[in-house]
Amino acid sequence: MTGSVVLFVVTASALIGIGLWGFLVQAHLLRRVLAFNVVGSGLFLLFGALGWRGGGVDPVPQALVITGIVVALAATAVALWLVGRFAEETGRADLPEDRREDRQEKSSAGGRP
Amino acid sequence: MTVLFDLVLCALMLLAALAAIGGRGLFRATVFFVAYGITVALAWVRLGAIDVALAEAAIGAGLTGLLLLGAVARLRRAGAPEFPVRAGLVPALAAAGVAGATGWVALRVPGAGGLWTEAGEALPLSGVENPVTAVLLNFRAWDTLLESIVLLAALLAVWALAREEEWEAPVGPPLHARPGGVLEGMARLLPPVGIVVGVFLVWAGASQPGGAFQGGTVLAAVGLIAALAGLVALPRPDSGSWRTALAAGPAVFLLVGASGLALGGLLLFPPDWAKAMILTVEVFLTLSIAATLALLVLGPPQPRRMP
Repeated sequence: MTGSVVLFVVTASALIGIGLWGFLVQAHLLRRVLAFNVVGSGLFLLFGALGWRGGGVDPVPQALVITGIVVALAATAVALWLVGRFAEETGRADLPEDRREDRQEKSSAGGRP
Repeated sequence: MTVLFDLVLCALMLLAALAAIGGRGLFRATVFFVAYGITVALAWVRLGAIDVALAEAAIGAGLTGLLLLGAVARLRRAGAPEFPVRAGLVPALAAAGVAGATGWVALRVPGAGGLWTEAGEALPLSGVENPVTAVLLNFRAWDTLLESIVLLAALLAVWALAREEEWEAPVGPPLHARPGGVLEGMARLLPPVGIVVGVFLVWAGASQPGGAFQGGTVLAAVGLIAALAGLVALPRPDSGSWRTALAAGPAVFLLVGASGLALGGLLLFPPDWAKAMILTVEVFLTLSIAATLALLVLGPPQPRRMP
């Protein structure tokens, strides 16, 4: 199992990287919520794999990860309903500071409402 | 052979994560995210952490997936445009750097021993046989109590997004299920099975994998299927009985925890009483978790007029 544990540690680290990359290259808010969840589950998996004690995972990290999964869902729910409401108000799913083309528009036409 | 299995599993995990974050189309990204959640749950199975695998599959993949699908539909109705990734070398290098540094540190860090032995030694005094349940509801009961309050706070935040004039409406989006359709058939077939599985997971959680969160999620899913098919009426946020159900778990947890004051300390369960105290907390906690999770997915009250 030791080889597999190393594999899970490497994969979990890569998942954290993939999630961070999503934060950097995606302006769409729903994609950012996805990225948040991938970083989160990557961190949980890293925590669990490092808790491997030959034959099983230390129960303390397991319990903390279960708590983490539930709290991540609560945060995701708030974020997604907020994004939905924001889109209904503005017709967009990205933030003004992330819009390159809008900066131009703002300086010439006084910005969007 | 098993290493080969893990190799394939890890490759699938990475591909699904990449497709969810960088792939084209929001709907497709959401579907890939659910697939990703299932592969992560399988990884937890491979690590022998069945409790976490159940939580990841039910909450991380299932409920999160349902929330995401609802959000995709809502964004489409709002006419929010999608746009391609702003790919570049700098973000890719930064992310690769962080991933590399994380992996390098994680592999170099010497094992500290963890709390494996301490948890094992205290297990006979905890009142339950499943070490994860012992940590969740006894050794680290504080975390779990506050977590159940976090869930409640999140629901308040979601409800706070309702417009003034919508506050009188029932929670959740307007639903139109075809009478006699597949969804309605499933919604009549699945709940009896789901309720048995949910209650079993809570009961079995004392000695086997399972517990209040996994069981509560299954019960929430049962309620959601019935609600989506229009078989049960959705409550208004000011419904007294629903508010009681939402608050019962944290309230009973606090009461039982406070009764520990007479026996040793706040949230300290004496060994002779621990099993009864933990089971009492778990029953009410399951009820509140199921209600809170289902209402979090359904969202704030929304107008019932046809779009």
